[in-house]
Amino acid sequence: MGAVSLSRDEILREITEIMRDVFDEDDLQVSPETSAEDVEEWDSLSHVRLIVAIERKFGFKFKNSEIEGLKNVGDLVNTVATKVG
Amino acid sequence: MLRDLPWLPPTGPAFREELRALQAEAQGTPAANFVQRVIALATAAADETQLTRLAKLARDIVCRDDIVGLDRIKLGVLGDGTLSLLGPAIAGSALRHAAAVQVVEGDYSRAVQEATDPESALRRAGLDMALVASDGRLLGLDRAAEDADAAEARVAAAFQRIRMIVEGLRPAVRGAMVVQTVVPPLEPLFGSFDRLEPGSPFAMVDALNRRLADWARDGGVVLADVARLAAAVGYEAWDEPRHWHASKLPFSPALLPVYGDLIGRTIGAIMGRARKCLVLDLDNTLWGGVIGDDGLAGIQLGQGSAAGEAFLAVQRLALELRSRGVVLAVCSKNEEDAAWSPFREHPDMLLREDHIAVFQANWTDKAANLRAIAQALNIGLDALVFLDDNPAERAQVRREIPAVAVPELPDDPALYPRTLAAAGYFEAVAFSKEDRERAGYYQANAKRAASLQATGDMDSYLASLDMVCSIGPVDPVTRPRVAQLINKSNQFNLTTRRYSEAEVAAVEADPRRHAIQVRLTDAFGDNGIISVVIAETGHDAWEIDTWLMSCRVLGRRVEEAVLAHLAAAARQAGAKALVGRYAPSAKNRMVAEHYDKLGFERVSEGPDGSVSYRLALTRWVAPNLPMRVEDRALAVAEPTA
Repeated sequence: MGAVSLSRDEILREITEIMRDVFDEDDLQVSPETSAEDVEEWDSLSHVRLIVAIERKFGFKFKNSEIEGLKNVGDLVNTVATKVG
Repeated sequence: MLRDLPWLPPTGPAFREELRALQAEAQGTPAANFVQRVIALATAAADETQLTRLAKLARDIVCRDDIVGLDRIKLGVLGDGTLSLLGPAIAGSALRHAAAVQVVEGDYSRAVQEATDPESALRRAGLDMALVASDGRLLGLDRAAEDADAAEARVAAAFQRIRMIVEGLRPAVRGAMVVQTVVPPLEPLFGSFDRLEPGSPFAMVDALNRRLADWARDGGVVLADVARLAAAVGYEAWDEPRHWHASKLPFSPALLPVYGDLIGRTIGAIMGRARKCLVLDLDNTLWGGVIGDDGLAGIQLGQGSAAGEAFLAVQRLALELRSRGVVLAVCSKNEEDAAWSPFREHPDMLLREDHIAVFQANWTDKAANLRAIAQALNIGLDALVFLDDNPAERAQVRREIPAVAVPELPDDPALYPRTLAAAGYFEAVAFSKEDRERAGYYQANAKRAASLQATGDMDSYLASLDMVCSIGPVDPVTRPRVAQLINKSNQFNLTTRRYSEAEVAAVEADPRRHAIQVRLTDAFGDNGIISVVIAETGHDAWEIDTWLMSCRVLGRRVEEAVLAHLAAAARQAGAKALVGRYAPSAKNRMVAEHYDKLGFERVSEGPDGSVSYRLALTRWVAPNLPMRVEDRALAVAEPTA
């Protein structure tokens, strides 16, 4: 990724776009509190696709230890921020 | 990078909108160009999410039986690890190979049980094909064996396990069993010595893959060389330990698109959809520069420059493809003489006049020329691949004739051969002597056509060909070519019934069926086996289940020779009539009147356009034909049971 670091707001915006694409829901509302329970299409398989899409967009790879602890989108944004923020 | 499918254009901003429109039509009323638009939409570098959506469209299509132009295939996928992500990638990618695939997934880690249990969901699903995806880590090949004997036992056990899955499932699968090769481990154990030490995981996977190849060579299975794909994209990109540890994903999900395309194109090849002809642009594709402006001395070709060498490599690949049966043609915006001059006079040209079956150099638009090439070769537009360095020309052809495959090309000509080869347009699932000689046949055919124009009179022309038509039974020697014809013939094919090689073998052995293969030679050469007929030998009437012929020999009256044989064989067995059927498909309109022309009577017509025919044999007389017929299949016609 480039030298410009991203704010949490920008990261949340990008992740929202990705989630809308991966879960095929154009109007999906995403906040830091959103979790898999809130999104019907968010199962273990689409979760893998979500991770792949985020990694491709931001240009880094997660470690398993980073993914296992995630409970909601806010945790995801924070983890991404440590990589590109 | 190959992992991004560089031969495909990007999906573009209208992708989701067009997909939604097609989805609505798939669930309602498809437009006239529905299939064409589906294939065009899928012919783009879709990512794993887009492929998942395309897969849903494929599923909607499979559920309908009124959409013509796509092969509908129920594909079982079973094997090792988490396979759930593979199905959507395969189904989405297969659409670009004209196959609407519905994947039935085996249960996690129960491949052997499901394959061998006759009551399992997989066995009862009515599968058309099955794919077995094995992983070295679950075949016991990821730990070293202590010596050569132990290694041999381990490899044999792994092979046996795959065999058990395939043979267990096979009776419940209508068509091909596809087996993936196993990806070797990236990590060295001994180092270079891994290759020499039979007990190393690397050597054991290699030995297993060789056994799978032997099995495929004997016709038992179709091989999908995933191990080679993994090597091409790089084992490091392919094997991501974190995904295996977390979810038993066999490979990095970022590579689902390139994997899906490999399987999709394998399915397309099994269904006879591999391309047959490579059409080449000239300027900046086969040489550097513009022949019309730069002249023979000015174009870059060959020794002396890196650019020249790159273009030679393109020619070399074209020649290699030709030697394995791909026909070459040229389509270029140029004065004809200028276009020909390098072929005739440039010392470094590898491609020469003789290698090109059809040469279109003029100022007409390329789409019109491509249509002319398809017509001259008597093949479908969907059998063509068009290689052109110019993005505007590529886009124009894609827009006007979506059926032609037009690979995207990178900026650097040094990568043209790799991009064309990696696209796999000419993927082979079998290879016969006839394939090797096919390019020559097309050239000979062109000569014959020229001869016809010279004589002007059809009868004397046919007689002058000195044709010998040899009719014989189908046997193990002719079986591969017969199976190939059965699976590749689309136009002169009355019922488009597909048989795997194994099913052909069963037909050979079935006393209630009469199967023949027909070979034609003439003054210009041997056309090889060009027609296949299978009939059910009923007591009163023989019912023709399969009648197909290569379009290469249209207009030679071969079908009349075949009819004469069928009539004689049926009479010999005591039958009184021949029954035939025309089942319309997207491509076989040319034979809609085949039985009418042969003198059969129409018996009934179905709502889908199919027609049943009958020919009473009691008063039918064979005509005189302008060929010698050698019939070796009459003596072996079985009396009816």
